[in-house]
Amino acid sequence: MAKMIGSIEVDTEKCKGCSLCVVACPTDVIALSDKVNGKGYNYAYMSNPEACTGCTNCALVCPDSCITVYRQKVEVV
Amino acid sequence: MAEVINDIKRSENLVYAKTKVLTDNVMHYCPGCSHGVVHKVLAEVIDEMGIQEVTLGVAPVGCAVLIYNYIDIDWQEAAHGRAPALATAMKRLRPDRYVFTYQGDGDLAAIGTAETIHACNRGENIVIIFINNGIYGMTGGQMAPTTLEGMKTATCPYGREPSHDGNPLKITELLAQLPGTAYVTRQSVHTAAAVRKTKKAIRKAFEKQKENKGTSVVEIVSTCNSGWKLTPVEANKWMEENMFPFYPLGDMKDE
Repeated sequence: MAKMIGSIEVDTEKCKGCSLCVVACPTDVIALSDKVNGKGYNYAYMSNPEACTGCTNCALVCPDSCITVYRQKVEVV
Repeated sequence: MAEVINDIKRSENLVYAKTKVLTDNVMHYCPGCSHGVVHKVLAEVIDEMGIQEVTLGVAPVGCAVLIYNYIDIDWQEAAHGRAPALATAMKRLRPDRYVFTYQGDGDLAAIGTAETIHACNRGENIVIIFINNGIYGMTGGQMAPTTLEGMKTATCPYGREPSHDGNPLKITELLAQLPGTAYVTRQSVHTAAAVRKTKKAIRKAFEKQKENKGTSVVEIVSTCNSGWKLTPVEANKWMEENMFPFYPLGDMKDE
């Protein structure tokens, strides 16, 4: 069976920690980090990377366009 | 598994990245502001239609006054509310260009009501993008014409009272009545599905301009989480519960 796996890359310096991507993610991949960026915002990161399907919902709702999404089809047995 | 996830970050697996029409400047908007999403959607439409070199924007007065720092096209800055008048001149002088205005509710529905209504009534071949968040965001959250009944702002701290403050203005419905408008719609950007719909609406508006159909108005019901004194997630929820019943989403006119 084929399965989609995805991954995101967050531009942590541009992220303002608004958490709109956190609620937009259907598989609860994203969370806000305990660490802060140069402006003092808790930036978004992949807390549960295995669950990502690369659906791009997070990137679509991101107001600061700081999420890049990758997706690949893999065969699983 | 971690290796697989790092391994898929290759250019052939790229499915979504920031469009080149948006500059690399960090936006000055508050965290979670709808302006950022609308800027992105607009830039993506310009990119996909391949019209970056032939698009002219008119920047408003309001939070989006610095939009020319973020979208890499040619811009004009209008006096407060006068964006449709300026866009009229630009489109008449350069009919080969795509011309649009980007305005907030204070700009379009308060000080610029006359310019907006007359540009639409003349059927000027322009696109008007209207951000409606029911408040004056830039100046500190005062009451706007579009503020809902009972909504608290800095200048109506006990809630908007229609007998004293007047009724909220549904200007988009008003514009849909005018014969000059070709496409009038109301959208939002609170979820990924809504963002996709808004993108389609903006694209359609630009295509109407290409076909010389008349004025297109795309209203986007937005949040102002700083002005509403809510977190970005709470603001989206508040908008769904309070703004959408009064400002229902959907197309009002499509000719």
